[in-house]
Amino acid sequence: MANAPDAAAAEPIRGPIRETYRDRVVTALVAFSIIWSLLGMAAGVYIAAELVWPSLDFGWEWLSFGRLRSLHTNAVIFGFGVSALMGTAFYSVQRTCHVPLFAPGLAWFCCFAWQIGVLCGGISLLAGWSGGKEYAELEWPFDIAIAVVWVCFAVVFFGTIAKRRIKPIYVSNWFYGALIIVIAMLHIVNSLAIPVSISKSYSLFAGAQDAIVQWWYGHNAVGFLLTGGFLGMLYYFLPKHAGRPIWSYRLSIIAFWAFTYSYIWAGPHHLHYSAIPEWVQSLGMVMSLILLAPSWATMVNGIMTVAGAWQKLRVDPALKFIVLSLAFYGLATFEGPMMAIKSVNVVSHFTDWTVGHVHSGALGWNAMITFGTFYFLVPRLMGTALYSVRLANIHFWLALAGTMLYVLAMWGAGVSQGLLWLSLDEIGEPSFSFKDIMASMAPYYALRLVAGIVFLAGAGLLAYNLFMTMRGRRTVSASPPASDSESQP
Amino acid sequence: MNAVGLHRKLEENAGLLIFGILFVSAIGGLVQVLPSVMQESLVAPEAGARPYGPAELAGRDIYIREGCGTCHSQQVRPLLAEIKRYGPYSRAGESAYDRPFLWGSKRTGPDLHRVGGRYTDLWHRLHLLDPRSVVPNSIMPAYPWLGERPANVGDTIQRKMRALRMVGHPYTEAQIEGAPQALEGMMEVDALVAYLQGLGVSSDGAAP
Repeated sequence: MANAPDAAAAEPIRGPIRETYRDRVVTALVAFSIIWSLLGMAAGVYIAAELVWPSLDFGWEWLSFGRLRSLHTNAVIFGFGVSALMGTAFYSVQRTCHVPLFAPGLAWFCCFAWQIGVLCGGISLLAGWSGGKEYAELEWPFDIAIAVVWVCFAVVFFGTIAKRRIKPIYVSNWFYGALIIVIAMLHIVNSLAIPVSISKSYSLFAGAQDAIVQWWYGHNAVGFLLTGGFLGMLYYFLPKHAGRPIWSYRLSIIAFWAFTYSYIWAGPHHLHYSAIPEWVQSLGMVMSLILLAPSWATMVNGIMTVAGAWQKLRVDPALKFIVLSLAFYGLATFEGPMMAIKSVNVVSHFTDWTVGHVHSGALGWNAMITFGTFYFLVPRLMGTALYSVRLANIHFWLALAGTMLYVLAMWGAGVSQGLLWLSLDEIGEPSFSFKDIMASMAPYYALRLVAGIVFLAGAGLLAYNLFMTMRGRRTVSASPPASDSESQP
Repeated sequence: MNAVGLHRKLEENAGLLIFGILFVSAIGGLVQVLPSVMQESLVAPEAGARPYGPAELAGRDIYIREGCGTCHSQQVRPLLAEIKRYGPYSRAGESAYDRPFLWGSKRTGPDLHRVGGRYTDLWHRLHLLDPRSVVPNSIMPAYPWLGERPANVGDTIQRKMRALRMVGHPYTEAQIEGAPQALEGMMEVDALVAYLQGLGVSSDGAAP
């Protein structure tokens, strides 16, 4: 185990037969994830272009901004993100438990049912089936399907843990476990609705209560999926990659429980100055600030794990991606609590600053760590070297440039929107009309489109590079080590 | 036993770990979300508030279908600049019949909570079908298909009203029976305009 200094003391439990790991399902999930990253980001680039040239939808409802935008978010979060999380969870849980997957047939079911669900769900969004709640737009038939697949995911994951040969459960599995448990809780509660037809339902909650439940869900989908789930990825792949154990095992314990406890309170910062009770807003703000501590504890733990292996950064593009993702993780988890402060939120709320914040997390943290992990993982799954290190290095710079440009454009747009909207003239009337402020956004939106294209081009290079690495090959079979007392997962 | 030793127990017992995660993550919801969901006053309709009529309800569902809430908020904050720009700030009792709530999170376009009565029906119609015909540098999408489709097909509107009555919206049987007739001859764009014209004035027929 790479976690505890005293992990070697863990009692080895020996079994008679060493079965091979079930890695083909991991390869399939990685491949699907890459395809979704291209589709989801392409949809993002397209809607960015629509904000520059609004007639790009050609008067065709299936290309309309309002529908395509939810396809974009759902494809990147649930297609790209969850497929990557499911694949890396299946890969790492076997290796940290020294056993093959529990119920591998069910793992394959999770893989394909999820892809079909996201594909059909995406089409339904374009057709106008929408529950209207952000990041939970999919209608009730899909909500039920998601819940079923999620339970199967839990059975495979916790089943594997239950039959493990290593006694302590490694820290990456706590995060993947929290992802599975908490997302199930949030999804089920927030999706409660009265169906009217196959394509329409009404939320069981109304008005202000619906708002509180929605952002309890929405913020923690970010928390436990886009943060917690990917921290699971970090805690397994970073130590493997750097060839060093996690810097502080104690810190990882404290950070995990502090994270799990405090994230869930922060949702109401999405509802500052709204009609929800004042105490709920204030509590949401305070807990958002507290959240900075576990977030940065994790970042420091990650950076210190790489410390001493810096020379690897020169030759290993995969590690570069992971280290950069940590930097953006630190940036986004600092910016988030700042934006949760009510007096900052007055300016930032409803503006493109929020969009920039989301993307510094989504591009800089989620996509970068996933790219780094895939560059590490795919050659290992295929038992070969990466097709082109040079292309991966070019991708690194494209990804960094795209993310920076995106974030800067949205900071510019957001801060100016926020301040101009609030500006009053000498007789106390708004200084600028909404239309004029909106029109002044054009250069920022154009810059954002360029940023998106640059980032997407990088993702295209990754897809090419990894498919060339996979071409004509099969997933190699790997077995657990002969002895369970080894200290590496 | 020190803390790390104590934690070893959690780490070596998957059941305990699952329970621990569920318990620790549920506390926030139990203390913060559950009391709000139990607090009746938060969803008590304010004086004069009434559930959406058939045209407004059909229009609201079109608003949801087209993702209007992606770019338009419906939540005026209690800030001087916002009250000056949009009108009185939004109150909880105004959203009591909103399933889901549509307060939004982004203003690519302006807030719409007080848009009712600000423009004529004709302006809205033109604006929805071709935004740049009335606002030259608007970046809003055009919605030409709304002008080509009837606002109600079959008994859709009645099924919607019955579903909402199940969760407490006070529709009478006569209102539900008469709903298809109320939508007779209306196109989707008309229903959406009816919804927009009712925003912020639906409580007592006048802007508060």
